[in-house]
Amino acid sequence: MSRYSAFALLRNWLGGNTDWDPVWRSPEPASSYDVIIIGAGGHGLATAYHLAKHYRPGRIAVIDKGWLGGGNTGRNTTIVRSDYFYKESADFYDHSLRLYASLSQELNFNIMYSARGILNLAHSRHEVDFQRRIVNAMQLNGIDAELLGREEVLKFCPVLNGDPNARFPIYGAMRQKRGGTVRHDAVAWGYARAADALGVDILQNTEVTGFRRDISGGVQGVETSKGFIGATKVGIATAGHSSVVAQMAGFRLPVASYGLQAFVSEPVKPVLHTVIGSAVIGSYCSQSDKGGIVCGGGIDPYPSFAQRGSAATMEKVLAGIVQLVPTFSSLRLLRQWAGIVDYTADSSPIIDRSPVPGIYLNVGWGGGGFKAIPAGGEAFAHLIAKDEPHPLTTAFGLQRFRDGALIDEAAAAGIEH
Amino acid sequence: MMRIACPNCGLRDEREYAYGGEAHLDRPELDCDDQAWEEYLFLRANPKGEHAERWVHVHGCGVWFNLIRHTETHEVVAVYVMGVARP
Ligand SMILES: Cc1cc2nc3c(=O)[nH]c(=O)nc-3n(C[C@H](O)[C@H](O)[C@H](O)COP(=O)(O)OP(=O)(O)OC[C@H]3O[C@@H](n4cnc5c(N)ncnc54)[C@H](O)[C@@H]3O)c2cc1C
Ligand SMILES: [Zn+2]
Repeated sequence: MSRYSAFALLRNWLGGNTDWDPVWRSPEPASSYDVIIIGAGGHGLATAYHLAKHYRPGRIAVIDKGWLGGGNTGRNTTIVRSDYFYKESADFYDHSLRLYASLSQELNFNIMYSARGILNLAHSRHEVDFQRRIVNAMQLNGIDAELLGREEVLKFCPVLNGDPNARFPIYGAMRQKRGGTVRHDAVAWGYARAADALGVDILQNTEVTGFRRDISGGVQGVETSKGFIGATKVGIATAGHSSVVAQMAGFRLPVASYGLQAFVSEPVKPVLHTVIGSAVIGSYCSQSDKGGIVCGGGIDPYPSFAQRGSAATMEKVLAGIVQLVPTFSSLRLLRQWAGIVDYTADSSPIIDRSPVPGIYLNVGWGGGGFKAIPAGGEAFAHLIAKDEPHPLTTAFGLQRFRDGALIDEAAAAGIEH
Repeated sequence: MMRIACPNCGLRDEREYAYGGEAHLDRPELDCDDQAWEEYLFLRANPKGEHAERWVHVHGCGVWFNLIRHTETHEVVAVYVMGVARP
């Protein structure tokens, strides 16, 4: 892998930009690998990178039915933060946010981390009380969350709807300054390039259609659209399709899959320098470097594997955006899309061994797993290499559904993304 | 926009309805073991294909009913009243 640098830019510019190396190879599948990861999203690619870099288990492949980063990793609204309520989540997501802060250097690939802050609005006395409680809990967990009063909020972000008679007047907000955005495609591409350079085979356009198991039940490999590929360890990182792949291996998961949509407006001059959102209104947005207003909101209200999204939800989310920033009503949308996200009952992920020996799970990220990619990859690599959970993810196992030890972030922080 | 045929009101827009989870989940006895309780509470089929599910016509007549819907095409294959077996 030739390193990217100012010097490389100059040299390639002088050479007419004709001899840049391909960013990764497109190898043919080998007949077998030591580890196969299904799903070349951020989690699958980061896992392969950490495996190859720190554990060297032998030959590694990442298999995807489509193109790498074409799942939710390339479809999300790019928000990263660690303002979670429970200690288990705070520790894990904050580790991830810290890894993001140095990831451009680690991967030698600009992932464009922008710590522009994330602001969650409160619209009533009671919500202010609630935010006080959760910010207090976050600070006790060592997370840099803070409360802002109404005047501070409007001074910090003047485009917000400051009308005291608005349907949802602003009473205050909580903010995490280190929260912000990261270029989503760059995360997939950066990890793919770094993993490829360490010898990982990334097999795109190769769909996993089944598992082959030995008489004792252990995994022997995967059936794919390009034939059988052997492996004694297989990791599943297929997001919305987690239950579909689990079914091929003969077990069910505590997840349900929904469509989650995003929208981007035509580009405009810089007007919004932070991430704004409201749990009550159910919408959030930020402005991309290209100038588009990137909008998101809640999931479609019924299970779906159709990557297109419900028009009723679209109307609701965009009505919320206009409520947050009335001047955005004059913007036109450029694009709308959806990804399929797998939700657990507590909106926390599952990083664990599966019921089948040799098959491992990194699933259940719902609408919030982009921020978790660096730490998710690290923890999943640890789990696969050592066959035991990473210390930061012991609470995120399957057993919690049997024990009732849920980490109910959906109820606690009330934020979807 | 998905359209669903309420057993009472006929074909109406999806926004008049609310989804109520997978259908035909039988609640086990309260003294069941943890595994049976886990299966009842959390484990779901979540298929990419036909799914039996409960809906309520919340902004209409208020009735709960079952339907079979394809989760990829959103085609509603069957609508049937609560209490009868999956067709
Ligand atoms: C609209 C939207 C907005 C979001 N906003 C945010 C946000 O602001 N912040 C945040 O933290 N998170 C957000 N998320 C969630 C986040 O995008 C996901 O949690 C995260 O990207 C999951 O990464 P992944 O690598 O697990 O899955 P993916 O990136 O979805 O990768 C899974 C891959 O598995 C492949 N696959 C599936 N089945 C098979 C098969 N049978 N064989 C081979 N390959 C298969 C797919 O093709 C896919 O490429 C959002 C999601 C959406 C949809
Ligand atoms: Zn009705």
